[in-house]
Amino acid sequence: MSSQARAAVALLFPALLMISVFYLLPVAGAVVLSVTDFDIYSIGDASNTRFVGAANYGALLESPLFWKALTNTLYFSLVAVPLTVLIALGAALLLNAKLARFKALFRTIYFAPVVTTIVAVAVVFRYVYHARVGLLNQLLDLIGIAPIDWLGDARWAMPALILLAVWRNFGYAAVIFLAGLQNVPDSLYEAARIDGAGPLRQFWHVTLPELTPTFVFVGVITGIGFLQIFAEPYVMTPDGGPLNATLTIVMLMYREGFRWWNMGYAAAVAFVLFALVMLATALQAFMRRAR
Amino acid sequence: MSKSPSLQVSESPRSVPRTPRRLGDSTTRRLLSILIHFLLILGAIATAIPLLWMLSASFMPQGEATSFPPRLLPSRFTLEHYGDLFTRLSLGRAFLNSLFVALIATLASLLFNSMAGYAFAKLHFRGRASLFAFLLAALAIPAQVAMLPLFLLLKSLGLVNTYAGVLVPYVATIYGMFLVRQFMVSIPDDLLAAARVDGASELRIYWSVVLPVARPVLATLAIFTFMSAWNDFMWPLIILTDDDKYTMPVAVANLVGEHALDLELMMASAVLTVIPVLTLFFVLQKQYIAGMMAGSVKG
Amino acid sequence: MAAVKKPETRNQKPEIRDSRSVWIAPLLVSGFWFLVSSCASRDTVTIIEFWGLGREGEVVAELLPQFHKEHPEIRVDVQQIPWTAAHEKLLTAHVGNSLPDVAQVGNTWIPEFSTLHAVEPLDARLSAAMPRDDYFPGIWETNVVGGQLYGIPWYVDTRVLFYRTDMIATPPRTWTEWMAIMDRLKKQSKDPHFYPLLMPTNEWPQPVLLASQLGAELVTEDARAKFSDKRFVDAFSFYLDIYRRGYAPVIGSSQVANLYQQFGAGEFAMFMSGPWDVGNLRDRLSKEQQGKWSTAPLPAPDGTPYPGVSLSGGSSLVLFRSSKKQAASWKLIEFLSRPEIQIRFYELSGDLPARRSAWRTPDLVDDPQIAAFRTQLDRTIALPRLPEWENIATSIFEHAQLASRGQFDAAEAGRRLDAKVNGMLAKRRWVLSRLRVASSELREPLRLATHSPVHDDARATRNAQLATAGAAQ
Repeated sequence: MSSQARAAVALLFPALLMISVFYLLPVAGAVVLSVTDFDIYSIGDASNTRFVGAANYGALLESPLFWKALTNTLYFSLVAVPLTVLIALGAALLLNAKLARFKALFRTIYFAPVVTTIVAVAVVFRYVYHARVGLLNQLLDLIGIAPIDWLGDARWAMPALILLAVWRNFGYAAVIFLAGLQNVPDSLYEAARIDGAGPLRQFWHVTLPELTPTFVFVGVITGIGFLQIFAEPYVMTPDGGPLNATLTIVMLMYREGFRWWNMGYAAAVAFVLFALVMLATALQAFMRRAR
Repeated sequence: MSKSPSLQVSESPRSVPRTPRRLGDSTTRRLLSILIHFLLILGAIATAIPLLWMLSASFMPQGEATSFPPRLLPSRFTLEHYGDLFTRLSLGRAFLNSLFVALIATLASLLFNSMAGYAFAKLHFRGRASLFAFLLAALAIPAQVAMLPLFLLLKSLGLVNTYAGVLVPYVATIYGMFLVRQFMVSIPDDLLAAARVDGASELRIYWSVVLPVARPVLATLAIFTFMSAWNDFMWPLIILTDDDKYTMPVAVANLVGEHALDLELMMASAVLTVIPVLTLFFVLQKQYIAGMMAGSVKG
Repeated sequence: MAAVKKPETRNQKPEIRDSRSVWIAPLLVSGFWFLVSSCASRDTVTIIEFWGLGREGEVVAELLPQFHKEHPEIRVDVQQIPWTAAHEKLLTAHVGNSLPDVAQVGNTWIPEFSTLHAVEPLDARLSAAMPRDDYFPGIWETNVVGGQLYGIPWYVDTRVLFYRTDMIATPPRTWTEWMAIMDRLKKQSKDPHFYPLLMPTNEWPQPVLLASQLGAELVTEDARAKFSDKRFVDAFSFYLDIYRRGYAPVIGSSQVANLYQQFGAGEFAMFMSGPWDVGNLRDRLSKEQQGKWSTAPLPAPDGTPYPGVSLSGGSSLVLFRSSKKQAASWKLIEFLSRPEIQIRFYELSGDLPARRSAWRTPDLVDDPQIAAFRTQLDRTIALPRLPEWENIATSIFEHAQLASRGQFDAAEAGRRLDAKVNGMLAKRRWVLSRLRVASSELREPLRLATHSPVHDDARATRNAQLATAGAAQ
């Protein structure tokens, strides 16, 4: 082994040991669980476990609740990801502007929702979303829109949740965009300016192309995160929302695994989600290569 | 500053004058500045309103925060809830526990993840690409899946109800390694080659050459780990059974009474939970952003 | 890269031994001795761990000094666990073998913990100090699984009717009267936001207790769903009718911003809830509003005894099988079950005592709004004691939500619930069949009783139909 390889072993060893033992091993355990009917009866008496092969997977593919959760999750992600990315980009552009002052303060404000504890935020947002006197409806009232029952109407519950998730997460993406923006060399902007490009064209021809890798990175990270969204819907609508409108896949998994103790079934749900995320990532990589 | 040579026959029909469009520049600048600040402030208000209400509610006398319609400002400013948190509910202890766990997690994570991230970024060994791809794939697995099997594992290791048990999930993370690796990819190879020529061992290079240069990503990693460890609720609750080891989120959850709504108290504890991480971010933000640069954003 | 050693550092070493260090050694020794001696004295004391949930966990600490005085050889170490995560925590503690000795558990969790073989049967420990008939029968039954007692009721609650006395002169005693009152209130009110009854669609207790009042069985002993049963369907129709006629708004509990303020303001005239809301209303309503509400036991289906049955809620004290200090832990349970301690606990927490004799205290006797609970507690039903109950209950309200929005009628809801719940119970049926095979080899037959006796009254069903028909006029 070369000296680099030896050093690599030494450097990788602690982290990989921790990850293998305390993450990958339990995950493997969960894979085994997913092909059994491990549940509360099994916890009471291990002999109450049966090997069921793909039965859990079959059952969940036949379960309308699973499909509802899947549709909800996809709906959520397809709207929330672009929204988050765009708002984050906008915020980052503003924060990066040479003319902007008090940048540190604004950056902190925009980042603040990321570090809040979801339990407290949920309480606040329940007031924001209240059907009659919530802040949001009061604002809508000012521009003449009738009040909306945000958390109770099956059509509006998911948008309400999307808004919450975007609010809570855009700061994280904005900071990444900011890093990307700061990484664009000034010389490129200069060259564009000399060629007669105004700020808009500079944005289109310099900023955006240079930001493509950042876009992809933010898109992937946000996408994976949102496909796995759990805390926000769990705390806002613990019962899954009106007619299960805000039930997400991870919520379903958690409910099946930790409330009903159907751990075999819950593990199967988790791995189906995993397969989906892998698919989405592969698709995204494929599209990039195709471009 | 490189200028396109105006003497050459160029594609663009006109050559740009030396001082292009500087007419009315100061007015444009002022208008632009106003617009930018207006948007920034608007965004800041929209972002901060829920948090400001949280802050305001924490100072309200008991019961006022749940009045209907909701009040925006306290009728009477009071610190009684903060006092309650530290006396009646001994949140001080939980605060210290959280601090302890988050700090140790951050230090350990800085060490382990930076070592591994460097190895993936700069050291050549067989199987590097496939191992890294495998780990990235594992990122897609929802963490809750592993909770019960992990608990059983720790139980057999005798780590239940220990600080070590709480720390286990934060100490080495795939995301952390990924972050470090992306940054370190952009460290100039010449730097390392020069050190090797000087006779330094690989580990020495990591410690004395690479780490100082990697300070920005270390700051990013530190904030990220601190945040995750500080805000985590489910895991410390499961693994710890002594309430004098409880961390803040667990203590805060105690305040979500099943019957009564001590909203003001909960808001006060929420404020206390937010402040440390936010302060950390405020102080370290330049490095945090710089750490994201170069590499991580190049994908 | 070698660090240059500064000559000063080497000379500084002797200075470490300064005046402060003189004290370190004796301090360490005395500290160590102190630690060891206190450990030694603790060896002769039995320490038991008790987990309290939510506010009760906070309050119970105040009762302990007396316990410690009476039992100096026992020390209780109380831990407070938040309700939101107590369920998970208890289970993972069981799996991780780190359960405490005694704990408070919601009484609906007892079937789960007995399935897990986590809790000790307590029948043998019962003494004259805790006579069965000093406890409310429905509540007691909730703690009995498979014929064995697994928990001692600590505090109780149930659902009664809260109503505005200025809108309703006499609370209804039958379903017919109830519908008539709601009809009258609806017609009299000009306010489109007013509803006679608040009954959130995402709460399962209401349809379940209405079905229980008609004698529906819900789930049989051999783990089969019975939601297609006429009694359930009729009760469910009655439930849906209330929404259909506009007597209750079709909303979930999260859409009620402030129950107390809205009740005080008269936005609805009735709602069903537990004793915690007595305290909440007293805390939050204004002085003028205080005189305008009261509580009453639930109305019963026509032709059945009043009041209609309600749910058996509350918490029990359980003893874990893994505990090595069961005798001492039992003493704590006995202590907390003493009537005078129950009274003190009520004063501290507002939770109603499980011991009937504790109810003789003037605080409870003279409280006009608690009287309804006293009456109701004698008529409560224990739900099927299966670990799957919560999952089943969730299905019930999910179907209630859909049905109340007109997606299907009560009969269809019954059929769907049957299909769904039978699926949920498939594993249980398998486990039960295994146990039956095993128990046929035992001397004692294994008692698989999961229900308390339900009254089988066909007349009640017919009267329920009359009630809904009558109110249509």
